Amino acid sequence: MSTKRERVVGRACVLRGDDIDTDRIIPARYLRAVTFEGLGERAFEDDRTQSKGNHPLDDQRFAGATVLVVGNNFGCGSSREHAPQALMRFGFEAFVGGSFAEIFAGNCTALGLPCVTLEAADLATLMDAVDLDPSQEVEVDVVRRRVACRAGSFPAGIREGTRRQLVEGSWNNTAVLLEAGAAIDAAAARLPYLMGFGPAC
Amino acid sequence: MRTRARPCYPRGVSDPTRSAPRTGPAGVPAAGAKKTLLDAVWDAHTVRELPNGDTQLFIGLHLIHEVTSPQAFSMLRDMGLRVRHPERTFATVDHIIPTQSQKRPLPDELAETMMTELERNCRDHGIRFFDPESGQQGIVHVIGPETGLTQPGMTIACGDSHTSTHGAFGCVAFGIGTSQVRDVLATQCLSLARPKVRRIEVTGKLSPGVYAKDVTLHIIHQLGVKGGIGFAYEYAGPAIEAMTLEERMTVCNMSIEGGARCGYVNPDESTFAYLRGRAFTPKDEAFERAVAWWRSIASAKDAAYADRVQLDGRGIAPTVTFGINPGQSVAVDERIPRPEDLPPDERPSLEEALAYMELRAGVPIAGTPIDVAFIGSCTNGRLSDLREAARVARTGRVAPGVKALVVPGSQAVARAAAAEGLPEVFRAAGFEWREAGCSMCLAMNPDKLVGNQMCASSSNRNFKGRQGSPTGRTLLMSPAMVAAAALRGRVADAREIL
Repeated sequence: MSTKRERVVGRACVLRGDDIDTDRIIPARYLRAVTFEGLGERAFEDDRTQSKGNHPLDDQRFAGATVLVVGNNFGCGSSREHAPQALMRFGFEAFVGGSFAEIFAGNCTALGLPCVTLEAADLATLMDAVDLDPSQEVEVDVVRRRVACRAGSFPAGIREGTRRQLVEGSWNNTAVLLEAGAAIDAAAARLPYLMGFGPAC
Repeated sequence: MRTRARPCYPRGVSDPTRSAPRTGPAGVPAAGAKKTLLDAVWDAHTVRELPNGDTQLFIGLHLIHEVTSPQAFSMLRDMGLRVRHPERTFATVDHIIPTQSQKRPLPDELAETMMTELERNCRDHGIRFFDPESGQQGIVHVIGPETGLTQPGMTIACGDSHTSTHGAFGCVAFGIGTSQVRDVLATQCLSLARPKVRRIEVTGKLSPGVYAKDVTLHIIHQLGVKGGIGFAYEYAGPAIEAMTLEERMTVCNMSIEGGARCGYVNPDESTFAYLRGRAFTPKDEAFERAVAWWRSIASAKDAAYADRVQLDGRGIAPTVTFGINPGQSVAVDERIPRPEDLPPDERPSLEEALAYMELRAGVPIAGTPIDVAFIGSCTNGRLSDLREAARVARTGRVAPGVKALVVPGSQAVARAAAAEGLPEVFRAAGFEWREAGCSMCLAMNPDKLVGNQMCASSSNRNFKGRQGSPTGRTLLMSPAMVAAAALRGRVADAREIL
């Protein structure tokens, strides 16, 4: 079993904008490696360079944040797990947004990082509240599917299967999948293309 | 600007003009409904339903490459596990390989380390590696189909988002992250939620000079870059059925750019004809039995879909992106949109795109000057792509000051192109003819933009910085259109040349 991820409580960082892709989260040149080490300091490197210190990840008011609040379709594009790895190594433990690209969200689950969605109005309220007072704590409650800050408590979306994996600590899929044992071989034996399309198939 | 079929669609508001969904909450077909291909393949590969409600799905073919596999092998070692089905796992090197020379050691030490690591992992686990010496190296999504490894009815996974390409053959192919690569290596399975299926019918016949790339850019423009979230896309209709397998691969390739988890085309006679006689396809009588099974997994005529969309193929024109996501495109004879032309929620994204691209709203896209032309990638690096680009290249010379690259998608594509004399055509026109790899699609090898160069590109992503310079700019279009832009030095309508 993996660690249970029932809730994340901490300060938040607001990163506005839709369709932020994984090339921006971690530029491809940092994928030229055989480990994930050192990716944390490269998170959003090009965006941060171009905004000359004005990027939310460089904003001292958000320093030490563990919750990243984002817009819609966050993490689209390349399937690189380096993206959530970089954000995790930067210090984020949970993501709250309007929507997430599916591969990104799946990669986050595999690392035990919750991605939860809010309705547009609630997301705007949360973003504004954190912007106004970044010192407040934001709670991402995976168990009860809620996100709370001083401005209120909002219903949060997360797929039930993912929620259960995080809450039960079963997000390391390899262990779960291995439990199927002989059923894996039985499934393979039913597939005509693995049986040489033999006459029996 | 083109009118969208449904202006604000699909932003969570269902369109009442479309057929009512007939699926349950997790995309499971209602009882009694005839199956789609997605459902047939899903059911055939289900090992078990997992306690969390997801499916443990057997993966019939696992393709790996140097970028997303080394950490997975390390995790496997840490867990004391072996590769469960090394005979169903195939490797190649594509992202980091230089295209000027594949000679070892690779000049970039980091790339050489990745190459060495892949060689070691394949050797240690008995995995077949299509390395540069094999004559079968190439972009993973080009070599799977051309070797016949990719077949209808399979589940395929690869640590690369463009794995959706393989769906052209009527299989269910997922791009996955590194932890999932570990899962497949260790168990030959993935834990997945069944996607809903949206059938996208492209009716009518495409006009001359309109390519599969234009169709896929058009679909993404119409349905949006997040319109496909939660869906598998089933591409159908006369315009899709008339396509060659290489063209279908271009369409399926960019499913991920539309937000879909995967995309596919039902297998048909064209599919079977493509597969016959390839290295890994069944032979003789086994091939006939395979065809029978492949036919059986195609979507039933009266299958139930969660959603249906119809687009008119006759209305599709050569398409060019002007922005920083693949949905931001116009027809080549149109103007770059103005913020006031768009719904208010799309304006910030347009303004950000125009600022980054240094393009002006309301100006025709044709005539936009370019610095670089790139023909290649898993989207458009196959023989038919190079042939179409060569038709244009034969008519002139690359404009002064433009750097133009042609990069075959695989060593086999390179050989086939050479047999037709295409390298000479390109070289005579002033293009550089390179060796197989991902090249300038993604900036993990020496082929990169410099500064704010503008690149006409046959690849799949126009994200900020995608082509290797943090300020580099990308205009996505078909290979013929890239060749036309190379010759004119600016975005041009290839139909005026062909």
